[in-house]
Amino acid sequence: MVRYIATRILQLIPPLLGLSVILFVLMRIGGDPVAHLVRPEASVEEVAAVRAAYGFDRPLHEQYLTSLVMIFQGDFGTSVRFRTDAMPLVLERLPATMQLATAAIVVALLIAIPIGLISALFQNSPLDIVLTLTSTLGRAMPNFWLGIMLILLFGVQLRWLPVSGMGDLSNLVLPATTLGIGIAPALARLLRSSMIEVLRREYVTTARAKGLTESTVVLRHSLRNAMIPFVTILGLQVAWLLGGAVVVEEVFAWPGLGRLIYRSVQVRDLAVVQAGVFIFALIVMIANLLVDLSYMILDPRITYGDK
Amino acid sequence: MKTTEAISNLSVARPRRTEPAWVRSIRRNSVGLIGMFIVATVVLMAISAPLIAPHDPAKLNVRSRLSPPAWAAEGDPKYLLGTDQLGRDVLSRLIHGSRVSVIVGVLGVAISVVVGVIIGLISGYMGGRIDSLLSRTVDTFMSIPFIILALAAVGFLGPGLTNLIIVLGLTGWVTFARVVRGEVLLVKRLEYVTAARTVGQSDWRIALFHVLPNVAASIIVLSTLQIATVIIAEASLSFLGMGVQPPTITWGVMLSEGRNHLATSWWLTTFPGVTISLTALGCILMGDWLRDALDPRLRNG
Repeated sequence: MVRYIATRILQLIPPLLGLSVILFVLMRIGGDPVAHLVRPEASVEEVAAVRAAYGFDRPLHEQYLTSLVMIFQGDFGTSVRFRTDAMPLVLERLPATMQLATAAIVVALLIAIPIGLISALFQNSPLDIVLTLTSTLGRAMPNFWLGIMLILLFGVQLRWLPVSGMGDLSNLVLPATTLGIGIAPALARLLRSSMIEVLRREYVTTARAKGLTESTVVLRHSLRNAMIPFVTILGLQVAWLLGGAVVVEEVFAWPGLGRLIYRSVQVRDLAVVQAGVFIFALIVMIANLLVDLSYMILDPRITYGDK
Repeated sequence: MKTTEAISNLSVARPRRTEPAWVRSIRRNSVGLIGMFIVATVVLMAISAPLIAPHDPAKLNVRSRLSPPAWAAEGDPKYLLGTDQLGRDVLSRLIHGSRVSVIVGVLGVAISVVVGVIIGLISGYMGGRIDSLLSRTVDTFMSIPFIILALAAVGFLGPGLTNLIIVLGLTGWVTFARVVRGEVLLVKRLEYVTAARTVGQSDWRIALFHVLPNVAASIIVLSTLQIATVIIAEASLSFLGMGVQPPTITWGVMLSEGRNHLATSWWLTTFPGVTISLTALGCILMGDWLRDALDPRLRNG
């Protein structure tokens, strides 16, 4: 088990190297990076001095190696906007995004588990069809628009909930709902199909034959097994969730990492964008690692070749 | 008592209600038909925009600014879905806005398909080191949230229609590469491919004429679904001011402008959003239906 975990962690290295290449290219597609570091009226000598100071005068492969070393030291350079190191800025905003993402997952589960269960238990009934179509509509709605509609309804018309900024729990409701509705359809769909699959298994029939109540059969015997593919898709949804956070945070003025990245792209604060994208990608990689490891708990039958 | 309960439970739960095949096919088809109908409407709207739009979408009309939809109180019957902050007709702008969505959706996905298919074919067909290198690249791309990568790339390249299409195309290829690679690995071992190789056909000939037709169904299904993703991404980026720029009319820009008048003019944000959602819904319904019809292997995936 320990060996499996260690191997799995080592497997993070190739995608991290790939990530460093993508970031390196990303930082240079907007033209000369020095142009964003100096004042527009800077003289040729000043530009050359900045270029040399940042190492942009050296050959590309050397520049890449330097940036790789810096990335693994957690050093992404200095923010041109805030005039401080980029990484602390990013880490400072991370908790707000994690809070939003966690709340969104809770909302998504609250929506998806009942819908998936009901759809599976009443497969092909009119209720199932209505729920499936509603889920499809949920997949089709852009989350920023859903956010605006929620603001319109609960903020402007009913005046029940605050629509921007961060404060107490009430501030979290609308952005978390917006983001949660975005991932709920995929979860509900998957739970429906894996429940249908599980309910056909022999041990479920056995459980029913033993005279167990329907709720025990569904919740104890079936749901737990149906959760395995569910956890996989939840892991895959983390990337989507963080992407959605950028737009949703902007709509609700939520002071998270997504909004910081967006604002930094706007002013071409390369260091912050680089650090932010790196952290988001790292979270996705770790989430997928945790998903793999969680199989060991959810499904004891999966062994990892070391006894 | 307990036994009877158990038996009744069995009879309720065991045989799931089985519908006759034709009922199922009609139900499936009708949903797919709705999808196709929506998609066809949007495409027709994009092609014939200047002919069917009731007004000039760019024409300012200061006297009828922020006029509510025709059926609302104080609505002007001349403007069915109302007017925006500059007095421009919302319906006409929606009709013209479909052009950007269709162009970005189709071209963006076309780029993704070409890149994804080439990389997937090479990866699956060559195997070995090249495969593992390309697979790690795919993994890397999967770990960066699509919209963030697109946002940063468009932001740095500079906003605009062409850049947006290129960036969405080059960030969306991973799914295609993955699926094509998987299919190639399956197909590669089939007898007729071995036969073709025995006859002495070149690798590329085999890839193009024997392997590619087999993955075509999956590609068509994925493309339809990806168009929905790209249309939503375009709207999101344009909404953030990083996509298509005014005066080009897009649904995302309309939403972003309408957001400033949220408290007074609900129609400015409601209708563009409904239009985007319906368009994406059409693509998804069509894609799900095609998946069921063309490729049973992808079902429920």
